This record gives sequence, structure tokens and C-alpha cells, in this order.
Amino acid sequence: MSSTQSSSSGTQPLLALIYDKTFRSILYQVLVFGGVFLLGWYLVNNTLTNLEQQDIATGFGFLEREASFGISESVIEYSPADTYGRALVVGILNTVKVSALGIFLATILGTLIGIGLVSPNWLLRFMGKTYIETFRNVPLLLQLFFWYSVVTNAFPGPRQALNPMAGVFASNRGLYLPVPADHPAWTAALIALILGLIGAFLVRKWALKRLEATGEVFPYLSAGIGVAIGLPILAWLVFGAPTEMNTPSLQGFNFQGGISLSPEFFTLLLGLTIYTATYIAEIVRSGIQSVPKGQSEAATSLGLKPSWVMRLIILPQALRVIIPPMTNQYLNLTKNSSLAVAIGYPDLVSISNTTMNQTGQAVEAVTIFMTIYLSISLLISFFMNWYNKRMALVER
Amino acid sequence: MTNLIPNQNRPTTGSATHRSWRWVRENLFSTPLNSVITIFCLYIIWQVLSTVVGWALINASFASTKDACEAVSGACWAYVHQNYRFVLFGTYPLDEQWRSVLGSVMLIVGMLVSMNRRFWSPWLALAWLVWLALLYIILAGDVFGLTRVDSAQWGGLTLTLLLAVVGIGFAAPLALLLALGRRSEMPFVKVVCVVFIEVFRGVPLISVLIMASVMFPLFLPEGVTINKLLRAQVGIIFFQAAYLAEVFRGGMQAIPSGQYEAADSLGLGYWQKMGKIILPQALRLVIPPTMSTFISLLKDTSLVVIIGLFDLLGATKSAINDPAWRQQFIEGYVFIALIFFCFCFFMSRYSLHLDRELKRGM
Amino acid sequence: MDVCRAVAAAMFGDADAVRFTPLTAAQRFTALQSGEVDVLSRNTTWTTTRDTSLGLNFAGINYYDGQGFMVRKDLGVTSAKQLSGAAICVEPGTTTELNLADYFRANNMDFEPVVIENTTEVTAAFFSGRCDVYTTDASGLASARNVSAENPEDYVILPEIISKEPLGPVVRHGDDEWLDIVKWSHIAMIQAEEFGITSDNVDDMMDTDNPGIKRFLGVTPGMGEALGLDEKWAYNIVKQVGNYGESYQRNVTEKLGLERGLNALWTDGGLMYAFPIR
Repeated sequence: MSSTQSSSSGTQPLLALIYDKTFRSILYQVLVFGGVFLLGWYLVNNTLTNLEQQDIATGFGFLEREASFGISESVIEYSPADTYGRALVVGILNTVKVSALGIFLATILGTLIGIGLVSPNWLLRFMGKTYIETFRNVPLLLQLFFWYSVVTNAFPGPRQALNPMAGVFASNRGLYLPVPADHPAWTAALIALILGLIGAFLVRKWALKRLEATGEVFPYLSAGIGVAIGLPILAWLVFGAPTEMNTPSLQGFNFQGGISLSPEFFTLLLGLTIYTATYIAEIVRSGIQSVPKGQSEAATSLGLKPSWVMRLIILPQALRVIIPPMTNQYLNLTKNSSLAVAIGYPDLVSISNTTMNQTGQAVEAVTIFMTIYLSISLLISFFMNWYNKRMALVER
Repeated sequence: MTNLIPNQNRPTTGSATHRSWRWVRENLFSTPLNSVITIFCLYIIWQVLSTVVGWALINASFASTKDACEAVSGACWAYVHQNYRFVLFGTYPLDEQWRSVLGSVMLIVGMLVSMNRRFWSPWLALAWLVWLALLYIILAGDVFGLTRVDSAQWGGLTLTLLLAVVGIGFAAPLALLLALGRRSEMPFVKVVCVVFIEVFRGVPLISVLIMASVMFPLFLPEGVTINKLLRAQVGIIFFQAAYLAEVFRGGMQAIPSGQYEAADSLGLGYWQKMGKIILPQALRLVIPPTMSTFISLLKDTSLVVIIGLFDLLGATKSAINDPAWRQQFIEGYVFIALIFFCFCFFMSRYSLHLDRELKRGM
Repeated sequence: MDVCRAVAAAMFGDADAVRFTPLTAAQRFTALQSGEVDVLSRNTTWTTTRDTSLGLNFAGINYYDGQGFMVRKDLGVTSAKQLSGAAICVEPGTTTELNLADYFRANNMDFEPVVIENTTEVTAAFFSGRCDVYTTDASGLASARNVSAENPEDYVILPEIISKEPLGPVVRHGDDEWLDIVKWSHIAMIQAEEFGITSDNVDDMMDTDNPGIKRFLGVTPGMGEALGLDEKWAYNIVKQVGNYGESYQRNVTEKLGLERGLNALWTDGGLMYAFPIR
């Protein structure tokens, strides 16, 4: 097209050039590139000038220095003598911890409500809808502040802690639960559980292969659950079946022993779960409703048991609709966990914030935590794309 | 009718009580399990209702001062009496508060007008620009005999609405460019747009706000400063544009490729093709998802409290940090939760209604 | 804060020509670095890191403070050494946070930090019972107890002062004239107290024969020009804001009930010492 145009209007080569599609495309790109480059250069230059003029330290050397501030809760060992680098790792792990648990709980709650939304019972549907409308239309941050105030104001101090069950204490310092005391049997049971899960997975694979090859049905689900639960119990029995518990007890200012959920962690988890569950419920509902009724009727008429209809016909089809938006919600939950900074849970943003104030290196601190969130997001999107492709392959 | 269809147990037969009884039986007690669920639900609803109504109405004090609250176990609505001005309008000077009220009213009127399909035209955008300029004059003052009110003093509901409306208003054109860029065939333009969209979608809003409040000033040349409100607003616009761009892209992708090809074969240029054929169709499709983006934006504006702006939530936080009202934190949060709820609920209903109407129109 | 008003009085002859921007501890340095504010007159402690790698300049010390602990009276705690295992409310991004960790490490004790941005939030958390202990500068403790506690009698401030907290106005690197103005406005307030000049008698003092006072108040010109200010700069500060003693009386003694202590003039056994204005 371009060649015909330029030859027909040879008298005005410049004009022709302007109307040439390829040329214009290159021109636009050069303009955009130039614009972006100039803007970037301008910003970087300004930043460097400002930093230099004010003698603000730059570089990532601070990561090696002693942080010397305390962090209230940490998955790994941490003391103020550790470095800023380690403090940031603590922040990342705390973010991962609350996000992973939040995703788990929100999925369960959301699925239950989603199933309630398609129930034949009008009252149950009504309750589900009310729940969704209530918690969806109020900002998450407001809900977090609300729950945090409730937890810190409504619960008594540690000396008057509520004691709903033996060994369980709830106070405004958090929730304290008993855990089994240290014993090799628990380690053995944990290893056995992992082995059991792998075993169950292998059994399932073998059973499906046999089903396809011979048509014989093997109850792999019950067998798998049996292996996954039986093995740890067996290991626990073999190592002497210890029953001693490490119960929390009041010592000095607070409870010692057992495991504790801090009010900040608890609030964040509660808020994220309640809020995200409203979205998950809607996703589950539309997923279930997306499978036409004919599918389950056809499957039933083929003589499949109701449990098989659900597992083999409905669920795989519903999941295809559910998974992409669900991943999005998981991603949102992880990003929303950054609201922790407002209620004092030491997540990545909160620790970066402290770091940037102690070192004064705002640019570096912000760069670090933005990069980390970005990598998490990209990782999850890659996974989602991979999963979508896999589903598409299965389809055809 | 009755001749053709044998008289089945249709809900239209029988008296009103009979009908409602049947409805109850079919919807609530069809099976034993269903009956159990119904009774369980009734129990929960009773518990929740009795707690909420007991707290908010029956055991509450509606007096305008706090003295009466000592005697009751429920809510102390004197909180609202005493603090509503501060919560709704922040630290805006007391004598000038009518301007802040007017600002809120203008924003709400603008939103209501924009929701009416009769006014949907390019002129609406122009009208909004004029409207916002007028709003700025009213809020900031310093001309026409209005005293100057620094933007640091704007707050409460006015600030929340302003951040949301200006956020979506300026994000939309940017998002349109980004969406076009992402679908463009020019590799470099595409890369720039993809990077912009993915970066802003990949990080939490709070990090964008922290960046806007902490890093942004370092980007500017020596001596140039932009106030905190404007920086937060720019952060919100960029963040929102990235999300909206994906919504718009979804709309463009939904247009059948035949439309693109037909436009090409008519010999239309790129801008003609997009402006006359694709976008008018695509934008109709994306109105409902745009509404839900706007709802999330309205909720997300509450995050500015973390960088120290006095929006609805920020003002409430400082109201209940006053030792006199520290016990009334539930009243405080419930009051603004209701405000947010009204806005979000109304808009989501409107979006559903619009969705149905647009589907019918096609 | 009176320092800012003093600077405004010196520069513009009007103590009210100043715009206050409220900031949290976590926002203050970036706000200063970025030029959002020109002088930070918060309770900012002078430390090596802040003076060097944060790119800040301290213009002087207008309050000698120290970090203390406040607890509820009914806990029965009498010494900070008994605080092992306590939940402690502290503001993030402060020297307080660092001193706290250092102190507990030095004494082999544990603590659970409860860090919440923004002073009002931290005090609210403490008074709602989220933590056993609230730690900040002693003046801050006194202020929290008097202003935010429902019943100030229920709280005690422990005797240990675990750190030195010299607080003063801060400006950013790179503008030395501005630093000079802030520095000497601050010194002028102390000097005025040394001379015995107050906002009430400053007009009478204009007629004095004392050459030092004449130079100070600009009757003998020279100082103002050296700073690039009006010759009546110091007169304006004293007239409109008052001397250091008046400012202390108004802001600290009356509001918080704290004695002068280290903040008395050097002639009275304190540390406040004006550099010669000549």
C-alpha cells in the first residue's frame, strides 16, 4: 500500500511520507521513545541533584547495617542486633504469612457463602446477600480500624484474660493457644504427613491411569485420605504417643508458652478474610451457575453417583470459570495486606517505612518493597497464564 | 389459558395467605435439611438483629450532649451531634464551612447528572472541567472576596468525594490512551504501556501513595514543590488509570474482529476507525465495569489517611482519639461506614440497572 | 512552636507569617528533604546519622530531654528494670524506638514492641490497654498524661531516664543562610533571657546604655545586616514571641507542669547558653 501511494503522489514526496503507514508508525515510536526517555532522564537527574545537594546518603549499603529496632512478631529468629536486610526479610515473611492464611480462610468462607447463594433456601440466600452487601460496600481500611478498636478495647487486659477453654486465653494482648510440647514424635508425624500426602497423590495418579486403561474403579479418594491421616498417627504412636501440652500461663506482664496470635495479626487476618470472602462468594456463585443444568442431568442419566457428578462433571467446568478471577482476588488480598501499616502489624511496607525513617533512604526503601510486590504479582500472573493454557489444552 | 393448561399447582391459584404459605413451604421448608437451615438462619438473624437494634436504637441515647450517655448501655449518638461537622468537613475553617458543604453538594449533583444517560456526550466532559474549576475556586478561595483556604485544611466527605471524582475523571482519558497503546502494533509504544499498566497494577495503592508523598518531591527540580493533596491525587490517578486501561482493553477485545476489518476495508484511518467505529461500541460495554472500578476507588480513597490527609476516615480517627469520645469508637466508625455504604450501594445498584438496560438496548 | 514564630518574626517582622504543617514522626524527614517544609521544629533528636546521611542540619538545641517510661499505677511497677516481657507502645522511625531496643538489650530483657504510626494513635493504644508501657521523651509522656489520659492520676512516669534527647529545629543541607537565620533566631531567644529582656520591657530596653543590648536590639546596627535581615529582627522576636524563659513558661511549665531542670540558663545551673551576638 505504501509503495502505490508514494508512486502516485510522487510530486509531493514529503506529504506522501507523512501518509506512509510504516513511516508514521516509526515516527510515533520515536516520539514516544524520546518523550519517555527525556522524562525519565529529567526525573532521574532531578533526583540525583536533589540527593547530592542535600547530602542524603544513597546506595543499598544500609542493608548490611544493624537495624537496632525491635519487631513484635517474626517467623524467623530476629533481634535488634540483626541487619536491616534481615528486618526486611522478616517483613516479607510476615506478609507471606498473613496472606497465605488469609487466602486459605477467605477461600473457605467465600466458598461456603457462595454455595449458600445458590441454595434453594430463600433465607440462606438472603443472609448471604446481606453479608456481601454489608462488607463489600465499606472500605477495608475502615473495617480494619474498627476490628482493631474492638479487639483492643473490648477484650480485658492479660490479668483478667478470658479463658473460654482450658489453656486458651484471649486478652487485648492477643489470643494464646496451647501447642504440643517439644517431642521427636511430632517431628516424625510431620514428616509422615508429608510422605502421606505424596503417597496419596501417587495413588491418585495410579488409580486414574488404571481407570483409563481398564475401566476399573479404585476408591482413590478414601484410600488417599487414609494414607495421609493414617501415616502421621502411626508415626506418633510409634514414637511413644506424647500428650504433654505447652500451655500458656501468665508470667509477669503477659502469657508465656503456647502460640500466640497478636491483636494486629488477628485483626488483619479477620479483616482480609471477611472482605475478600465477599468477592470470592460471588465468584463461586457465578462459577456454579455457569455450568448448565443439562450437564448434571446428563451425568445423572448416565448413572453416575451424585458425588461423582459433582467431582467429575460440575467442578472441573466450574473451576475453569472460577480460577482466573479467584487468582485476581488472591492477588488483591496479598496487596491489601499492606494496609497492615495502619494498624501496626510488621509487614513488608511497615518495616520498609521504619527503615526509610531510620536511614533516611526513601528512594531505596520504596524501590525495594515495590519490586517485591511486583515480583509476587508477576509470579502469580505467570502461574495464572500457565494454568489457563493447561485448562485450554485439557478442553480440546 | 385454563383450557389449554391443566390446572396445576401454580402459585397464582388460591387466596393470598394460601399463596404465601405455599411460598414459605417451597422456599424454606422443602426438605428436612432445608427446614433445619431455615431455623438456624432465623436464630442467627434474631441474634444479630437484637444486638444491632438493641445497641443502635433501644438502649441508645439520642441526646445532643454526652451527659446522658452514662445512663445507657447502647450507642451514644451525641457523638454524631458533636462531631459531624468535623467528620464531614475536616479542619475547614468554621466560618467558611458553607463552601465545603457547597463543594460536596456540587460533586454529588455532578455525579447524579452524569449518571443520566440523556447527558452522555463529549459535552459532559467539558461541563465537568468547568464544574471542577468552579469547585476549586469555591474551595480554595482567594478570589471574588472569598478568603483563601489552604488545601491542607480541606477534609472530610468533600475530600473523599473530590479524590474519587477527580481521580476517575482524569484517569479515564489516560486509561484510554494506555489501552489503545497496549493494543497497538507499534512494539515500543506497546512496551511502554504494558510496563506502566503492569507496574501500577502489581503494587498496592498504599505503596503508590507512599511513593507520591515521599519520593515524588525528589523527582522535581530544586525549589518546585507540589502540595501533598495534589501528589496523592496524581498517585491515585496513575493507579486508577492502570486498572481502567485493562477494563477498556477488555471492552475493545470484545468487539468482533469483523468490525475492525470492515473499518479497514472502508479505508478509514486509525483514529477514524477507533473514534467512530470501535470506541463507541467498546465504551458502552465497559460502563458497568467502570462503575465498579469507581466504587473501589471511592473505598480506596480512605487510604490517604495513612499519608496524613484528613478524609472521612482520617477525621473520624482524630475525633475518636479525643479522650472525651474514646469510648464512642463504634459510633464513629459506624457513622462513616453508613456514609460509604450509601454511596457504594447506590452506585452498585445503579450499575446493575445500567447493565440490564444496556443489554436490552443491544 | 515558638521557634518558627521567632524565625518568622525575625524574617518578616510578623510572628504569624508562618504556615504549620502537621507531620507524623515517619513523615517528617522526607517532608523536610523534599522541601515540603523549610524547618522542622518537632521533637527531633540531634544524632550523628540524622546530621550526616539524612542530609539535615540542626540549628541548635531548644530543649534537653530524655526518654522515659510511663505505666499504669495499678501495675505496681516502680523501676524500668522490672519491665521484662512487657508490651511497649512506641512510635516508629524515632530515636525512641532505637534507644528502647538498646536499653532492653543492655539489660538482657525482652519486650514486645507495639509500633503505631502517629503520636495520637500510639497514645490511644496505650490508654486503651494495648500495651503496658508507653515510652517517649519525658516531656512527651507528661503531655500525653495531661492531655490524653482520662484520669492522669492513674499513670506514673518511672524514674529512669534512659537516653539523652537534645531536641532542636532542623533544616536541610544546602541552604546555609537559612540555617544561620534559624540558628540565630533561636539563640536570640536565649540571649534575651540572659539580658533580662522580656516582651513587656523590650520597648524600655531600647533606651538602654548597655552596648550589648543596643547591638542585640538593633539600636546599634550591624547584626541584622550580617544575617540578611531587618535590623529590628531580635526586637521583633522578643516583642512578638518573647524570650526563651517566657516561651518555656507558656508552653512547658503551664501545659505540662515540668520544671526548667537542664533547660535553665547556664547561670542558673542549666545548659542553655547563648553564643555571643556580635
